Amino acid sequence: MALILIHATEQGLLYGIAALGVFITYRILNFPDLTVDGSFVTGAAIASSLLVTYGFDPFLVLLIAFAAGALAGVVTGLLNTRLGITDLLAGVLSMIMLYSINLRIMGRPNISLLRTDTVIRIVKRGFQPLGNVSVLVFVAIVTLAVMLILVLFFKTEVGLVLRATGDNERMVIAQGVNTKRMKVAGLALSNGLVALSGALVAQYSGFADVGMGVGTIVTGLAAVIIGGSLVHSREVVWMATSILIGSLLYRTAVMFALRYGYVIGFQASDLKLVTSLIVIIALFIPAFRERMAKRVKTC
Amino acid sequence: MLKLEHIRKAFRSGRDIVLALAGIDLALDRGDFITVIGSNGAGKTTLLNIIAGTVLPTVGRVIVKDRDVTTLPAYRRAQWIGRITQDPLAGTAPMMTIAENLALASKRAHRSLRLAITRRTRREMVEQMLSLGMDLEHRLDDPVSLLSGGERQALTVTMATLARPEIMLLDEHTAALDPANATKVSLLTQEFVERMGVTTIMVTHNMEHALALGNRLLMMNKGEVVYDFSEEEKKSLRVIDLVDLFSKQHIVDDELLLETS
Repeated sequence: MALILIHATEQGLLYGIAALGVFITYRILNFPDLTVDGSFVTGAAIASSLLVTYGFDPFLVLLIAFAAGALAGVVTGLLNTRLGITDLLAGVLSMIMLYSINLRIMGRPNISLLRTDTVIRIVKRGFQPLGNVSVLVFVAIVTLAVMLILVLFFKTEVGLVLRATGDNERMVIAQGVNTKRMKVAGLALSNGLVALSGALVAQYSGFADVGMGVGTIVTGLAAVIIGGSLVHSREVVWMATSILIGSLLYRTAVMFALRYGYVIGFQASDLKLVTSLIVIIALFIPAFRERMAKRVKTC
Repeated sequence: MLKLEHIRKAFRSGRDIVLALAGIDLALDRGDFITVIGSNGAGKTTLLNIIAGTVLPTVGRVIVKDRDVTTLPAYRRAQWIGRITQDPLAGTAPMMTIAENLALASKRAHRSLRLAITRRTRREMVEQMLSLGMDLEHRLDDPVSLLSGGERQALTVTMATLARPEIMLLDEHTAALDPANATKVSLLTQEFVERMGVTTIMVTHNMEHALALGNRLLMMNKGEVVYDFSEEEKKSLRVIDLVDLFSKQHIVDDELLLETS
C-alpha cells in the first residue's frame, strides 16, 4: 500500500512536469496545443536512443530532450503565426510529423533501458541508505526545481509579457511586443517541459515506446483541471502548485484503478476513456453551474 | 512629427468596394493636439488604425519623425505611438493584477529576465495610483477584471503615460464611461498630454470637448477632411456653428444630435 503511494507520487511528479507544460499553453497562452502528444515521446525517444546507442550521460540527455521538445514547439508556433494555420490544426500536424520523427530517432518502436545506466539508477546507487525513498526525494527535488524556475520566470519582465499575450494580445502589441514571437517562445517552453517529462518517465520506467505519448494533452488537462478545482487562485505560484497536486491525485487514482479496478470490471486499456470522461465532466461543470445560476435567477 | 500623404483606404464589402478614406493629407508638428469630429463611418477610426499600424493603407504614406513607417508592424510603431480606445477592456490584461499591468507598461524596450516588480517599482506604483484618487493604491494585487470601466480606463491612461509615447491616439476614449468617470479620465488625459507635450489626435463625439481641447479641429465626412480649423478659427466657433456645418454636409448622426441637444 505504502509502496503504491510512493510510486503514484513519483509518477505524479514526473508527469506533473508535462502538466506544467500543458498549463503554459492551455491556461496561460490560451492555445490548446496537441503537439505535446508527440513531444512527450520525442523526449523519451531522444533520451533513450542517446543512452543506449551513444552512451550519453543520463543527466545530459534530459537537457537535450528539453531542447528537442522546444524545437517541436517552435515548429507548431511557426505553423500558427507565420503560415496562419489554426492552433488546433498546427498542433495536430506537428504531432503527426513527430510520430514519424520519433520512429526515426528510435529506429524501432520500442527501446528498453534495462541494461543502461539511468538517472534513477544513479540516484539509487548514490543514496543507498535512503532506500526506497531516494528516488522519491530525487523526483520531488527535480519537479519542484522546475516549478520554481517556472514561477520565477513568470514574474520576470519577459514572463509577464508571455502571460499578457494569452490574456489580451492586442494590448500587448500596443505595448510594443511582437506577440507572434512570444507565442512561439511559449510553445517552445511548454513542449520543452513536456519532452523533459517524457525523458524522465522513460528513464524511470525503463523504456521508451512510440505510443507512450497518446493522451498527454488529456492527462495534462486532467491535472490542470483537478488542481484548479481544489485551489482557486490567480497567482502563478498557487496555480503551478495546484497542477502538481492535481497530477499527484490523478496518478494515485490511476494506480488504484489499475490495482483494484478489476472488481468493477476495469481494464488497463479503459484508462484513456475514463480520463477523457473525467476531463469532459470537469470542463462541463463551470458551464453547468452557470446554467443553474441563471435558472435560479429567472425563477 | 507625423505626416500622412494621400492616404486612401478601400475595404471590400461583398462585391462592392467601400472607400473608407478618400485621400487624406495631414501634417502634425510636435505638441500639436488635433480634435476630430464626424459622423459614424466618416473614417475617423480607420485613420487612427492606419497611423497605429493595425490597418495598412491601400495608397499613401505614413511618416513618423521623418521616417516612412507605412509598412512597419504595429508593435514596432508602439515605441512612439500610444493609443486609448473606447473599449475599457482593450487597454489592460484582465487576468493580471494592477501592479503587473503597470509593470508591463513601464518597460517597453529590451525586456529581460529581471524581476518585473521590485519593492522600488511597487512604491512608484502606489504613488501613481494615489494620484488617480480612485482608491486603487490598496488594490495593486487585484486582477484588473475586478475593476469598473472607469477604473480600468484610468489605469489605461496611467499606463499610456508610463510608456512616454510621442504621439497619442485617443479614440472616443471616454464615450463608454458614466459622466463622472468620463470627466475624470478626460482631465487625466489632458493633464498628461499637456505636461509632456505629446502630439495628440483625439476623436470625439462631444463637440464641446472638440472645441475646448487642442489647437486644431478637423471635421470628417465620407473619408475626407471637410473642414480644418486652426487654433484662431476654433476660438470663435461655437457648438451651434458645428451643428450648422454638419447639416450643410447633410450629415445625419443621432449620436451628434443627442450630444448637442
